[in-house]
Formats: sequence, C-alpha cells, structure tokens
Amino acid sequence: MSRALGRAGLLLGLPVILLVTWWFASAGSKSFYQPPLETIIKVFPATWTAARFRSDVLPSLGRLFLGYGLAVLLGIVLGVLIGAHRRLRALVEPLLEFLRAIPPPVLVPILILVAGLGDPTKVLVIVSGGIWPVLLNTVEGVRGVDQVLADTCRTYRICGWLRMRTFILRAASPQIVVGARQALSISIIMMVIGELLGATNGLGYTVVQFQRGFEIPEMWSGVFVLGLLGVLLSLAFTLVERRVLSWYHGVRAAERSGR
Amino acid sequence: MLEIRSLRKVYGGHGRQVEALGDVTLTVPEGQFVCVVGPSGCGKTTLLRCLGGLLAPTSGEVEVAGQPVTGPPDGLAIVFQEYGRSLFPWLRVAENIELPLKSKGVGRAERRRIVDESLTAVGLGDAAKAYPWQLSGGMQQRVAIARAIAFQPKVLLMDEPFAAVDAQTRADLEDLARTVWQRFGMTVLFVTHDIDEAVYLGQRVVMLSASPTRVLEDLDIDLPDKRDQLATRSGTRFAELRSHVYSRIQEAKIARPGS
Repeated sequence: MSRALGRAGLLLGLPVILLVTWWFASAGSKSFYQPPLETIIKVFPATWTAARFRSDVLPSLGRLFLGYGLAVLLGIVLGVLIGAHRRLRALVEPLLEFLRAIPPPVLVPILILVAGLGDPTKVLVIVSGGIWPVLLNTVEGVRGVDQVLADTCRTYRICGWLRMRTFILRAASPQIVVGARQALSISIIMMVIGELLGATNGLGYTVVQFQRGFEIPEMWSGVFVLGLLGVLLSLAFTLVERRVLSWYHGVRAAERSGR
Repeated sequence: MLEIRSLRKVYGGHGRQVEALGDVTLTVPEGQFVCVVGPSGCGKTTLLRCLGGLLAPTSGEVEVAGQPVTGPPDGLAIVFQEYGRSLFPWLRVAENIELPLKSKGVGRAERRRIVDESLTAVGLGDAAKAYPWQLSGGMQQRVAIARAIAFQPKVLLMDEPFAAVDAQTRADLEDLARTVWQRFGMTVLFVTHDIDEAVYLGQRVVMLSASPTRVLEDLDIDLPDKRDQLATRSGTRFAELRSHVYSRIQEAKIARPGS
C-alpha cells in the first residue's frame, strides 16, 4: 500500500509541482497571451463539452486509430518481407534510408495535392509518418531472429503461417513494440499537423480556430487536452506491451539473476 | 539407419577455406546408441548438421532411413547444446513440446496425451505451465528432450546436449538419455567432447581426428547394458576403454597441433 502510494507520488510529483508553480506564477498575469492558469481551468468545462467531444475529439481519435493501425500493420507486413529476404533488403535499404530521412510533415502538401483535403488524406498523413519506425524496427527484429530457434523450426517442420506466428513475429516482437511506441507519438503529431492544414473538425483544427478567434484560454485548454490524450494513449500502450512482452521481461529478469 | 559416405564439408569465404570435414564414412544400424567424440573444433557439430539436413555437404552422401538427405529428414529430432536458445521463450513448456505436433497435424486430445507422457518420461510432470526461463538449465534441457521424444523420431541427434550444465545435473541427464533410448528404441547419435560421457553412454564410440576430420577409430563398448553412474564408472573395463579413447584423442591432437 505504502509502496503504491510512493510510486503514485513519484509519478505525479513533478506535474503537480509544475502546475502549482504555474498557478501562482501566472496568478496576476495581465498578458493577453499568457492568461492565468485559473482562467484556463475555468473555461475548460464549458469548452470541452460532450458535443465538442463528438464533433472534434472523436473524429480526431478515429483518424488517429485508423492511421496508426494502418502504419503498424503495413510496417509489420513490409518489415517481415524485407527482413526475411536478404536480396530484397539489399535492394530497398538505400531507398528506405532516403524515405525515412524526409521529415513527414513536408509530405503533407504533396498528399493534399494528390489525395485532396478529405479524411483519407489525414489518415495518409498519419501513416506516412508512423510507418517508418515500425518498418525499420521490424526489419531489424526479423533479421536478428535466433539461429538455433530457426534450426529448431526447420528440424521440427514448423513452417508456413505457424512458423510466422509462433516464431518470426514473436521473436521480433520486442523490436516491433519499440517501433510501435515511437510510431504512436509520431502519429499523434501527424494527426495534429493534418488537422492544422485544411480541416473542418478535429483537435488540431479546434486549437487553431481558438487561436484565430483570440480565445486564448480556450486555446490553452486544447493544448492540455492533446497532452492528456498523449499520456492516456501511452499508458494504454504500456498495458498492452506488458501483456505482449511479459515473456521478454521474464527472460531479462532471469538473465539478470544469473540463471 | 544412418549412412554417411565420404562426407566432406569445406567452409569457404573471403579467400580462406576451412575444411571442417575431410572424409567421414560411418554407418549406424537401427536402434543403436552411438557416441561421436573428437578434439574440440573437429567438426562434430558440422557432421551433425549435415545429418540433420541443416547444412549441405560439399561432397559425399548422407542417408537417413535409406533416403538421401536434402533437407531435414522425416522422423529425425535434434537436441541442441544451447537449451536456452532452442526453446521458445514466449511459449510455456507444454506449448513448446506441442508445437512440432501441431505442424504434424496431430489432434488436440492426442497432443495433450503425448505432451503429458513425454513430460513424465523426463521427470517434469508438473512443469507444463512454466515458461522455459523459469526453469534451471538442466530442466530446460529435459524439456528439449521431452519435445524430441514427443515428436516420436526414429533418429535422435544430440549435439553436446549436456556441455553447459553442472556435473551432478549432467549425470542425471546422461542416465535420462539412456532411459529414453531404451524405452523408445530410437537410433541415437550423441556428439560430445567428453570422453567419459561417450564411453558411459554409447554402445559404440566413434573417434574423430582433428580437422580435416576423418574417422580415427570405431570402438564397440562392451559394457553391460545396465549402466550405473557409480558401478559402471568405477569398473576396470570402463577405465580401460576410457584410457584407450583418451590416448587416441590425444594422438589426434598431437598429430595436428594448432588445429
């Protein structure tokens, strides 16, 4: 019990200190652009109503999940293909390095030109940013599968989809998860960027609308919502990771204890 | 059961060629327990990998049960030295044993029965739900043996399986190897660098020369079938056989120093 309290204290300690500092530092602020924290919190309930959630937060989340899901799926599929075939890898690796080096936001204008201003473009924007860490990490993970396990599969005739799902994907999963985690934060960024340019709803759009309408406390509250969204998704990701990689953490712990 | 004729394996690459196997000819009749010993680095593992169809020989022929080996042959199981790397760390013990049966197309109820039986045969009846990394090294190797038994092979290849466990565990595992062989009646080829182990376990000991490897001597072990760590190892015949093998291996080492 006291340990749980201690952990919660460590987790929330710094954010609480920062908020309190902000509260007092901004308390008498007359600056239009930096309103007191009190004002921001006061406008929060009126700004983030159920209607606003339906009209702006849900569409954003929908695009994010779809784009992120596609990025992860495509990244894994392509990564497994490239990682498993040496020739293919040699062929596409320079190209991948080039594509990865392009900052995804510069692709946004191009994507808008090609695919228009609709939802598909916004999903594509997320995919174009999120796919790289998943793809490259999957390639590394698949390339690095244990040779003894590979021999074991050959000896025991474990092949096809059974081999893919019980050997390759599982062996590469620690790396894939690393990629998926990076992809999640990139996807959130890309979601906002996509909505800053020519959207009619969404979180990014809302924040920009508030800014343009000089509703500064409301704008700040939108930044808060985006931050909270990031924290919640990261927490959810950690929960999933714990399940998927429980074996991996077990192996690591066993190795540390020198068994 | 096993036929090896003029087997030669040369590892090439970067202008340097290493002749791992020079000219190895060896026949193992069905149901025999043969130990292969040789100085370290003499290509024992290469020989075993050629037999298991994991490595293509440079020249010569390998047959298992009358069929030339081009890939992993039917009805052949391998127990690898690296127990920590030959079991799938993300699968529980029972699932590890079950996996080759799944790819064989064995039904669920039958699979469960075979898994239970093989776990009992190696003395691990209550470890079915554990993960491999929760077990000691000796127990992990027992699981690998159980997986091999469950596969119901006609030929069992063992590649220095007990080299990485402590002495007492090793003695137990040696007796287990004999028990399993006597109970299931498969042909066993057991590769080791430990002369005592080879003499204690085998009906026959095949001594290999240093590389480029050929068969130095093929010795029948005329010890009684029932072997006992204490009685057998302290007998005079065991000592004679052991010193004979030892001196031959020493000769082999001196004949080609530095290899």
